[in-house]
Amino acid sequence: MSNPNDKLIRMATQMADFFRSQPDRPAPEAVADHINHNWAPRMRQDFVALINSGAEADPIVRDAAAFVRLVQQGCDAPT
Amino acid sequence: MKDFIIPSRDMGTPAVKSDVIVNLTVDGIPVSVPSGTSVMRAAAVAGISVPKLCATDHVSAFGSCRLCVVQIDGMRGTPASCTTPVGEGMVVRTQTDEVAQIRKGVMELYISDHPLDCLTCAANGDCELQDMAGAVGLREVRYEPGQNHFAKRSAEGPNPEYRPKDQSNPYFTFDPAKCIVCSRCVRACEEVQGTFALTIEGRGFDSRVSAGMESDSFLSSDCVSCGACVQVCPTATLIENKVIEIGTPEHIVKTTCAYCGVGCSFDVHMRGEEVVRMVPSMDGKANRGHSCVKGRFAWGYATHQDRKLEPMIREKITDPWRVVSWDEALGFAADRLRKSQADHGRDSIGVITSSRCTNEETYLVQKLARAVFGNNNTDTCARVCHSPTGYGLKTAFGTSAGTHDFDSVEDTDLALVIGANPTDGHPVFGSRLRKRLRQGAGLIVIDPREIDLLSTPHMGDSMHLPLRPGTNVAVVTSLAHVIVAEKLYDEAFIREKCDWDEFLAYADFALDPKHSPEEVEKLSKVPADLIRKAARAYASAPRGSIYYGLGVTEHSQGSTTVMAIANLAMMCGNIGVPGTGVNPLRGQNNVQGSCDMGSFPHEYPGYRHVSDDATRELYQRVWGVELSPEPGLRIPNMFDEALAGRFRGLYCQGEDIVQSDPDTRHVTGALSAMDIVIVHDLFLNETSNYAHVFLPGSSFLEKDGTFTNAERRINLVNRAMTPKNGYEDWEVTQLLANRLGANWTYEHPREIMAEIALTTPSFANVTYDLLEREGSVQWPCNEAAPLGTPLMHIDGFVRGKGKFIHTEYVATEERTGARFPLLLTTGRILSQYNVGAQTRRTDNTAWHPEDILEIHPSDAENRGVRDGDWVRVASRSGDTSLRALITDRVAPGVVYTTFHHPTTQANVVTTDNSDWATNCPEFKVTAVQVSPSNGPSEWQEEYQSHSDQSRRILPTAAE
Repeated sequence: MSNPNDKLIRMATQMADFFRSQPDRPAPEAVADHINHNWAPRMRQDFVALINSGAEADPIVRDAAAFVRLVQQGCDAPT
Repeated sequence: MKDFIIPSRDMGTPAVKSDVIVNLTVDGIPVSVPSGTSVMRAAAVAGISVPKLCATDHVSAFGSCRLCVVQIDGMRGTPASCTTPVGEGMVVRTQTDEVAQIRKGVMELYISDHPLDCLTCAANGDCELQDMAGAVGLREVRYEPGQNHFAKRSAEGPNPEYRPKDQSNPYFTFDPAKCIVCSRCVRACEEVQGTFALTIEGRGFDSRVSAGMESDSFLSSDCVSCGACVQVCPTATLIENKVIEIGTPEHIVKTTCAYCGVGCSFDVHMRGEEVVRMVPSMDGKANRGHSCVKGRFAWGYATHQDRKLEPMIREKITDPWRVVSWDEALGFAADRLRKSQADHGRDSIGVITSSRCTNEETYLVQKLARAVFGNNNTDTCARVCHSPTGYGLKTAFGTSAGTHDFDSVEDTDLALVIGANPTDGHPVFGSRLRKRLRQGAGLIVIDPREIDLLSTPHMGDSMHLPLRPGTNVAVVTSLAHVIVAEKLYDEAFIREKCDWDEFLAYADFALDPKHSPEEVEKLSKVPADLIRKAARAYASAPRGSIYYGLGVTEHSQGSTTVMAIANLAMMCGNIGVPGTGVNPLRGQNNVQGSCDMGSFPHEYPGYRHVSDDATRELYQRVWGVELSPEPGLRIPNMFDEALAGRFRGLYCQGEDIVQSDPDTRHVTGALSAMDIVIVHDLFLNETSNYAHVFLPGSSFLEKDGTFTNAERRINLVNRAMTPKNGYEDWEVTQLLANRLGANWTYEHPREIMAEIALTTPSFANVTYDLLEREGSVQWPCNEAAPLGTPLMHIDGFVRGKGKFIHTEYVATEERTGARFPLLLTTGRILSQYNVGAQTRRTDNTAWHPEDILEIHPSDAENRGVRDGDWVRVASRSGDTSLRALITDRVAPGVVYTTFHHPTTQANVVTTDNSDWATNCPEFKVTAVQVSPSNGPSEWQEEYQSHSDQSRRILPTAAE
């Protein structure tokens, strides 16, 4: 059982490992696109916060954070 | 074949495919049939039943009983109609004085060695021997009592020819006394099932049906209990124990098997509301009249005493269960769900849909999350099996599904089977593939284990690439390397259907020396020349097909392997024609359907992303609520969020995540952290140990709906009996939704299907009327393809051009080392199904009562492990104990087990590594150590006691 924060970085790194060998577009954008398509807003938020706080990560993963779409508050406010 | 109660007539011999049509007359009736058809079948087409005993349309003609003789003008004598092919202008007479006399004589001989206990015989009223005696007008048997096989004793003492019944198989009885040695059973075992367990021993009067060696019973023999022999037996020699117990059925309900992704069609033979037997439908388009031991026999769980039929609740998971009314249970569940949302946000709850439930039920559960919870937190067990298939094939071809139908296997010249074990996991498809292999098709297996398919008798070549678990991408990319290097690719196909420049870029990538067989041999342990040979064989087969299973998907690079497979098929032009294709063998009965129905957190039904405005607006209009454009949580993300305290409630329908998902402690930790876990199931399963509400479910025999199998085939499920729990599962979901204010008013699943068709383009034409009329259809089924689509991508790929994707091998993080030097891989066995909740509650336990660890002799010796010893298997995640089986089916360094039994909990050992694209867990690779042990581990004992504690139910107060 690993730390959920480590896990986010780990999952993003796995994506980077795939997209770094794809010829059609820059890997950071591709990683971010995959994250935007598949991760819930809170996971994305945590991920970007982690990178911004200087978490150790593959350069592609670090660069990807800039392309990750964040959702304005309100989406998850208690109803 | 007991066609007394089977409405589909036995045509005597199998159908023949031919473009040449032959015209003849039978008893004056003109009839036209394909060339090569038997006279018997032609007569059947003309509506005439020629008497027969050894012939049945399940197996090829044999010509042994001589009952089916006819006369043909211009032909001498009385030829057997089953073995005589039709000829142009033939004039056949099926009833003449001469043939009538021959038939009577034949029947008289048969009956002279058959007990005349018809009234108390289990086949009474359903016996072809009885029918034929009547059909030929047999009125007396002139032979004196003498040597025979049926009398236990004669005046002189015990009858040396008599053999007692073989009742070793839990589902059927073999009574040699009633055998007429027609050898239908032997031929069905060979031709239909492909197991060759049965034989005819001896000659003439000494001929007997035998399962294996003389010392063997049916149970100890190679017999896999598929029941094909029982189905074709014309007498009571091989008969279902349920028929012996209950009697003959009186009506039939058509339905679809609820086990694996083959999706076999069945005729449920009923007496009242009691199932007498399940018989695979001859007109079933996936199974063509065949079944396996699970589908045909293992349905007793539906009436098992362990089933819980009343709702139950409890405040805390440490409390005993309290049986309550539906009203109270639903109220309790709804209140807690709403409270979680009020306290922790709209996104704090979610659902898990079931790949065992119907499309309609799945659709409602995801709708519950999206429309009632107001989030997209819906996922399904496909997450843990075939999610990479969806992602990989959608990226490469444009559709999240396999390309071909199962019939296509009949046209394949070579099958490349990767990470699948069809004879155990998808047995009916396995039998269909073996049939083709016996006809000469080639076989390449890429799998760490030597699977049974490889030992099938067949005329074609076979190759086994026993790769190290976790190196699929390397090996498949290396196949591409060889194909590109040797220019074996199909340039015309690539230029027409794909992007040539993209292919050239891919070719450059594949040609990199690191993908050469020699380099890949170092990683995968597959000899380089074997990789070369396999690549050449696949590329040069006129019609090469690929079938793959969870050995491909359940890896950290699962999606990449799926793409590598798609690349192979495209570069060899193996798409769009029968006999080719990329065919995922889906795990559960409705994995395809649950994915189609929008179970994934990022996709609406029909694989449309939640951020797609047009689709979202469509659902907002139909459902009348605002919908979230953001993807929700996947199952593993739900667990992570639960441990972080942000995910608090789960409605889990028909899935046992504690047993089936990896890293059990992580799962149980997450569930324990939730405020409300609702388990909707037939049984108190492992997950219910952590639940607050139990809603009783209904079995497939008790509901209407549809399942979609691995070939995209939408099959009807029809209710054969009243739900014992009072409601079909879709009704339970509707009750819960309505307690949360949904106001749903569905009265029958056909209304749910109408909503699916209305909102999902690939289902646009699907209605229950259509399914009833056609039997089944394969999606896409819409205006462009009103009767569905057996083969996809015929004139081009759904996405436009097929996409070649670079598939770089990345070693999994799960590596062996000094502490954990072995690689554990997991799989399935024929007689059990997944977590075993169903099959463990049937007599299938006769074959597999516990999970076993397969280990290579050298690894066992190094550790002082002997066959049958208890061993401890430990990984970084946890440890468990089970018994060892020493076998060289696994390579040195690799161990294998199944996950059917909760007492073993193999998933305590597996890790939380997952596929990069879909989070499909890496079940197939875990670094472990194996050591001798004295019995169950501490964890197992703890778990058992926790499990016993959490299944306590308070006695209902006496009135």
